[in-house]
Amino acid sequence: MTLLRIEDLRVYFNARGRIVKANDGVDLEIEETEILGLIGETGCGKSILGRAIMGLLSENVEIGGRIIYKGENLLALCEDRMRQIRGKEIGMMLQNPSTSLNPVLTVGDQIAEVYRYHNGVTREEATKKASNMLELVGIDSKRMREYPHQFSGGMKQRVMIAIGLALNPRILIADEPTTGLDSSMKKQILDLMSGLIKSRDVSMLLITHDLEVAKGMCNRIVVMYAGELLEIAPAEKILSEPKHPYTQDLLDSLPRMGLKPIPGESPSLSSPPAGCRFHPRCRCRRDKCSEKHPDMIEIESETYVRCFMYKNDKSKG
Amino acid sequence: MNETWIALKELGENRMAAVGIVIIVFLVFVAFFAPFFAPHDPLEQNLEKRLLASNGEYPFGTDELGRCIFSRVLYGTRISLEIGVVVVGITALIGTILGGISGYYGGIVDEIIMRAVDVVLAFPGIILALVIAGLLGPGLFNVILALAVTHWPGYTRLVRGMTLSVKEKEFVEAARALRASNFYIMRRHILPNCINPVIVLATLGIAHTIIFAAALSFLGLGIQPPTPEWGSMLKAGIPYLRSAPFLTFFPGIMIMITVLAFNFLGDGLRDTLDPRAKEMIMMRK
Repeated sequence: MTLLRIEDLRVYFNARGRIVKANDGVDLEIEETEILGLIGETGCGKSILGRAIMGLLSENVEIGGRIIYKGENLLALCEDRMRQIRGKEIGMMLQNPSTSLNPVLTVGDQIAEVYRYHNGVTREEATKKASNMLELVGIDSKRMREYPHQFSGGMKQRVMIAIGLALNPRILIADEPTTGLDSSMKKQILDLMSGLIKSRDVSMLLITHDLEVAKGMCNRIVVMYAGELLEIAPAEKILSEPKHPYTQDLLDSLPRMGLKPIPGESPSLSSPPAGCRFHPRCRCRRDKCSEKHPDMIEIESETYVRCFMYKNDKSKG
Repeated sequence: MNETWIALKELGENRMAAVGIVIIVFLVFVAFFAPFFAPHDPLEQNLEKRLLASNGEYPFGTDELGRCIFSRVLYGTRISLEIGVVVVGITALIGTILGGISGYYGGIVDEIIMRAVDVVLAFPGIILALVIAGLLGPGLFNVILALAVTHWPGYTRLVRGMTLSVKEKEFVEAARALRASNFYIMRRHILPNCINPVIVLATLGIAHTIIFAAALSFLGLGIQPPTPEWGSMLKAGIPYLRSAPFLTFFPGIMIMITVLAFNFLGDGLRDTLDPRAKEMIMMRK
């Protein structure tokens, strides 16, 4: 069942006269209890998508489209209603655990205050719940009274997981949860996250540029490029037989696959190329690609691609 | 508690700061128990014993009206510390609140507050204080008001700058992602991160305020005689500078010691609370 539906989301920033189209017509659904991976290069707009769902974008932004959660359009909600949803219905873990914790508050306080924002529980109760949460992510609750600088990067990330899941949200948006961690720690953290998420029936939107991370965890993977989605497919399918040339190139650029970089640079979001946004870098480019903008089409069940190489009459969006 | 203790210990190891603390504790003690230490009533005149040099009965001698200078200096500690602490308390509080609001909300609110800061800073502090004290007339309350009006912009600017940098930190956004309100974020996440430099500035500010208050009194716009106050004692002693220098010497030296003590403590606090400033000092050496 669909838990959250994004329809034609447009996020435009006005940067001194230039319009930066960070998200340009994104359609996406997050199903119940699925882990959806959102991958793309740095600067393609994936974090913006996460922030748009949370309603955390700055003021100089124009947002169009709809984000439907439980029958409500999150983009149209007033700030008070949105605050009730944040944390409780939709949780978020920001990238960079070392700056996401306040250096002058103890770790325990930072988890406990999550409960205090929402339920109006007493201080003792909140502290007790916080210590349970800390144990749950594998940290001795004796360390409640320590400060973030006394924690290692992996432990800080565990604390962030505890904060993100504290209120049992239905959806957790994890923005680059493994940045700055070495590969063994990365695996531990991911295992911890997927274990907790599955046991609590939480859906997750995993935003990452790391294909290996997405591969290990996700049910479905979405590929984003220059503010729009290029391919949506089940995880194992997208990795074994990627459809879009960009996805294929992305996979080829993995060290395991020969470390072949994609030629060219990511396009500017303020003046993306006409036609297909990927065409200047695409090795399968045709004349049509620079003239017309391709639509997202369903080529197999549950597999959607935005490319002229594929044909199907069931066009989506 | 643990962290506070470590910080205090580190502060104690800084020799200058330790000297400052000892002097300040001593001054506070003296101010509190002035009636017990003072051999005479500071207001009691005895014209037969005027302008006496220090002797057994009058440790610092007597002034032009035969009052005990030692007692007057002791009681003067009260007024100076009181003005210093009250003015800094008020200005730091107002300045921090305005700076926090200014930095956090930005936009038109920021513009209004910062232009007000510019207006106050456009006048030389002493002149603005003189004008206010002159208009309102002398007196303890008016001195405090005049000093408060001239001293809040420093804190506002400092806290605004800190807030601007702290509010962009990710933990602020994380708090917002968990439904924290603006007020909560300011109180719990931003202010604690700005407080260290405010403490340093406030400590140095006490020293500055004491000098300022003494200057106002010296110019006749502050605390009025016969109230014992160091600045007005200096002024009263000027005609006797050659014949009886102890009239000006003792209040002068007290001002110096007090101000120095607060400056030592302020510098020490800066070294302990702001590791970056310490590094810069080390590099300069």
